[in-house]
Amino acid sequence: MLILMSWLREHVPGLPPARAVADALIRAGFEVEGVEAVGGLAGVVVGEVTSIEVVAAKKKNVRWCQVRVAEPVTGETDPGSRGVICGAFNFEVGDRVAVALPGAVLPGGFEITARKTYGHVSDGMICSARELGIGEDHDGILILPKDAPLGAHVAELLDLVDDVLDIAVTPDRGYGLSIRGIAREAATASGLPFTDPGSPVGTAAPGDGYPVTVEDTAACDRYVARVITGVDLAAVTPLRWARRLTLSGMRPISAAVDVTNAVMLGLGQPLHAFDRAKLTGPIVVRRARAGERLLTLDGVDRALDPEDLVIADDSGPIALAGVMGGASTEISETTADIVLEAAHFDPVTVARAARRHRLFSEASRRFERGVDPALAPVAAEAAVRLFGELAGGRAEPGVTDVDHRGEPVTVAFPLAEPTRLGGRLYPDEVVRARLAEVGCAVEDSDVPGVVTVTPPSWRPDLTRPADLVEEVMRLEGYDTIPVTLPRLPAGRGLTPAQRMVRAISRALAYDGLTEVMTLPFVGAGVADALGLPEDDRRAAAVRIANPIAEDAAYLRTTLLPGLFDAAARNIGRGQADVALFEIGQVFRELAAPAAPVPTPSVLDRPSDGQVAALNAALPEQPRRVAGVLAGLREPAGVAGGALAGGRRADWADAVEAARVAARAVGVELTAAPDEHAPWHPGRCAALRADGELVGHAGELHPRVVAHLGLPERSVAFELGLEELIEAAARRGPVTAPVVSQYPPADRDVALVVEAGTPVAQVTAALRDGAGELLESLTLFDVFEGAQVGAGRRSLAFGLRLRATDRTLTAEEANGVRDAAVAEATRRTGASLRA
Amino acid sequence: MTETMTDPQPAAAGGPLDPSSLAAAVAEALATLAAATDLTELAAARAAHVDGRSAPLVLARQKLGSLPREDRADAGRRLNDALATVRDAHTARLAELTAERDARVLVEERVDVTMPTRRRPVGARHPLAVLSERLVDTFVAMGYEVAEGPELEHDWFNFEALNMHPDHPARSEHDTLYVEPEGAGRVMRTHTSPVQIRALLSRPLPVYVVAPGRTYRNDTVDATHSPVFGQLECLAVDEGITMADLRGTLATFAASLFGTGLATRLRPSFFPFTEPSAELDVQCFNCRGEASRQPCRVCSDEGWIELGGCGMVDPNVLRAVGIDATRYSGFAFGMGLERAAMMRHGVREIRDFVDGDVRFSLPFGIEG
Repeated sequence: MLILMSWLREHVPGLPPARAVADALIRAGFEVEGVEAVGGLAGVVVGEVTSIEVVAAKKKNVRWCQVRVAEPVTGETDPGSRGVICGAFNFEVGDRVAVALPGAVLPGGFEITARKTYGHVSDGMICSARELGIGEDHDGILILPKDAPLGAHVAELLDLVDDVLDIAVTPDRGYGLSIRGIAREAATASGLPFTDPGSPVGTAAPGDGYPVTVEDTAACDRYVARVITGVDLAAVTPLRWARRLTLSGMRPISAAVDVTNAVMLGLGQPLHAFDRAKLTGPIVVRRARAGERLLTLDGVDRALDPEDLVIADDSGPIALAGVMGGASTEISETTADIVLEAAHFDPVTVARAARRHRLFSEASRRFERGVDPALAPVAAEAAVRLFGELAGGRAEPGVTDVDHRGEPVTVAFPLAEPTRLGGRLYPDEVVRARLAEVGCAVEDSDVPGVVTVTPPSWRPDLTRPADLVEEVMRLEGYDTIPVTLPRLPAGRGLTPAQRMVRAISRALAYDGLTEVMTLPFVGAGVADALGLPEDDRRAAAVRIANPIAEDAAYLRTTLLPGLFDAAARNIGRGQADVALFEIGQVFRELAAPAAPVPTPSVLDRPSDGQVAALNAALPEQPRRVAGVLAGLREPAGVAGGALAGGRRADWADAVEAARVAARAVGVELTAAPDEHAPWHPGRCAALRADGELVGHAGELHPRVVAHLGLPERSVAFELGLEELIEAAARRGPVTAPVVSQYPPADRDVALVVEAGTPVAQVTAALRDGAGELLESLTLFDVFEGAQVGAGRRSLAFGLRLRATDRTLTAEEANGVRDAAVAEATRRTGASLRA
Repeated sequence: MTETMTDPQPAAAGGPLDPSSLAAAVAEALATLAAATDLTELAAARAAHVDGRSAPLVLARQKLGSLPREDRADAGRRLNDALATVRDAHTARLAELTAERDARVLVEERVDVTMPTRRRPVGARHPLAVLSERLVDTFVAMGYEVAEGPELEHDWFNFEALNMHPDHPARSEHDTLYVEPEGAGRVMRTHTSPVQIRALLSRPLPVYVVAPGRTYRNDTVDATHSPVFGQLECLAVDEGITMADLRGTLATFAASLFGTGLATRLRPSFFPFTEPSAELDVQCFNCRGEASRQPCRVCSDEGWIELGGCGMVDPNVLRAVGIDATRYSGFAFGMGLERAAMMRHGVREIRDFVDGDVRFSLPFGIEG
């Protein structure tokens, strides 16, 4: 809302400079986003046209004018005279005009220079109202009064120097969308008296006005209509009003529009003018009927909804109530008689209509936020007077006022409530005085310490004690509130799960991966790009109804697509070696489509069942941790006594990164071969904890890698965070091992197995076969070749055996080894290598 | 041994045990030891002159038994002195030569310790995650607990229970992303405030929680906008909670974000879920609001940084979760993490937070 300081001062004489008013308003809760000094117009002076010579030009003739910008001094030859080229023809020799001298800067940053044009040096510019930023009129030059002193600054002469406050009005304060509302706040904040332009004045008594029937009195509790006859709508809006409207951000259009806009800006009451000649029969305020249409003033033919509140006459709907008028009754330059509407519409009805039709107007913005229902007759009267001033109309004596306003709201208000919530003392008399400043009527009630507060008609937002507390606090100043801290009960700190998420994140970062937080939106083709089977849970993507982009209309079901994008972006920017991870929510649609759930009332606590029903409508949103690696996993560096050239990431790095994440929460993952998109079917490990699937890791499928533009042999892992946390939670406290003081016995075995037998199976068998005496088991050689036979491989293991209570004898150690081998043979068909 | 025993010498003058013979043997031994230039030569010298089978002093000792009884004591003493001198000289020279050898070897084994030593690439946490944890820790240290909620929320949690009925004008400011099917009431949460409702429904009073998380708005990514952004929410509901408690909590919080000694101020504002409501400003940490240090790129010469919205929990919110607003009161506070991080670290573009470019994240390190 743009607020012109000179307009504000009309209602609050004695206001301090604009900056001080802005600061006071900010302190009272009105966010002043800018204070702009306007109308300075340095270098624009009064000049008199002394001669005119038409210069022929191709498209349109122009005139070469001599203007005198200083009174002639006797005996000298026109010192202030200069030549100016001007394209306008609406002035004559002897007219006084606004001349922008070279060096002047006009609104919009347009700097005036002397320049050669049409064969003359044009030494300045003769200005229109629009060029001076004080109106829309650009058809001709602004003609100044004959007595304007030559050389005088036009800004001073026309009283143009002003300031404009740009205020962001919060949605609860509809009254702030008017000079009236801001003036009241500025007066209160500055401790100055305020004359309310909205207080009832001697309006014409209700009587035989234009016939109006209100069918829906809940949606329209006030409808005032006035008839104004004999208006001259060709009249040009005078400069003073044109300037006000322009600086308030509205284009002066025609007298009728300008009058309604001026009253709306001043008082906050949206008005509408119907051409009386185009009305057929009485005005009816009602809901739209099925099939009805309305061509609104913006030229759009709209199908109306039965919930839309419309203004209708015998011809059907002629306006969308509180939103926009219709074309059929629009006023024009030939309009002589007007029916003026000043009504009060239900905020929700207007808000819904505006949203339904995506039609947000100055009127709907105000009605949605609450217009003062007492204002309608006052605003109508103000408009009648302004019509008289601007367009020469006269009001008919009859006034229509259909008034179905309810009783004003009253609030039982404990005077101690501000003190209870403020943490400082607000004495009773201060509370009463502040409420009175807001416009509330405060009366004692039967209950001691509790007053009955009747908020003013322009404050529909004040309905509860808390609302009144805010008024008292903000007017007293939030800076008067002391600074204390609540006394909290002992907290339990982070939950184990919350600590685990942090530990996983840190472990991966220390392992050389960089955390990213990618956008969770994906396109429809992601499931195909990853090669996911149709029945995969990750193919059940949730769709956004109003997506930001059609190729990002779905929510991720896995973290991998975002990581792939981020990896590709890094590589594209020259970072060939990437190791990224992300921890975040994914979204997986319910098996059955979400049906609308009856929403619980907000008037009481919902039942557990109601909450469960709401939650059941939401998709699964598990958290996951995933990573992608490409390029060098180990950079070039010293290894084995010399500089080594770095090592590329392979499938094992992905598995190991997953293990690092799991180990951070004390979980050891076991790997098993798996075929799982988007991984390489021969290089994918299913990772389990205690037999429960946690996730997958390995090299990505070559087709996926090619499709996504990732480097060949890129690797990735993805784990379920909740699964990891559950596995960690199952562990319970660690039982300390007995650290044996006896020497170990080391035994090596080489086993020949089918090449397809996973090492993990063999190690598991060896462990189980060896039993408690096995301290550690190490695979130290894998051999394939003629000696072991085709399709077979030899696995060499070192077994370290140790007892906690004795030194093992050679016989015991050999027995354990043999038992281990026997179990491996039983389970995997392994044979001792000859 | 037996061979030497078969060659007894008389202890007469000129024998190996007489003073001049011993002196000569010692002199020769000392000269040889001194002349040894490395440990190998020294070992040879030792064999030849100190304790080798054919060392003169060793041979001399074998003659001791053949001396007349009365001469044995003197000769034995002279021999021991001579042996001691030679052994000491060997020990000293051994130490010298060992030190020389060690020094030479260590020089030869010198490596270039400035060579690259990295076995692992350097990783980093996301700056927003680190900042979020830092702020959360401030609240946890005060006794708050961390509450969580889903990012895809039901309208009832995101709006209705927060005093934003379907026609509330404030809803239009939220640029909500709605989730299909339309009409099912599913939205991407527009703020972390629905976690307030979940916390108040699931926890016994009093409730002191902080809720960090991702939130969503229908914005395209550019320098200053992102459809996804982090928020941090703080909620306290207890008996006797006041606006003064809110001010104190916010001051503690602002100090953990920007350092101590900065003033905070509350400006009256409006949020549907708080009443009274306020915007929180903290004095600019860069110019500290001093006109002389302007122009200030951090606060654009405002002197203040807008940090978030706050207020006393609206009675309608308390009612929606069944809390008696005449007995309990509460405050709530919410802030945007990106904005705070941008201020604190001079981040120029909000898109840097979602692009995932490692060059952006690496300087932030792991612990923040």
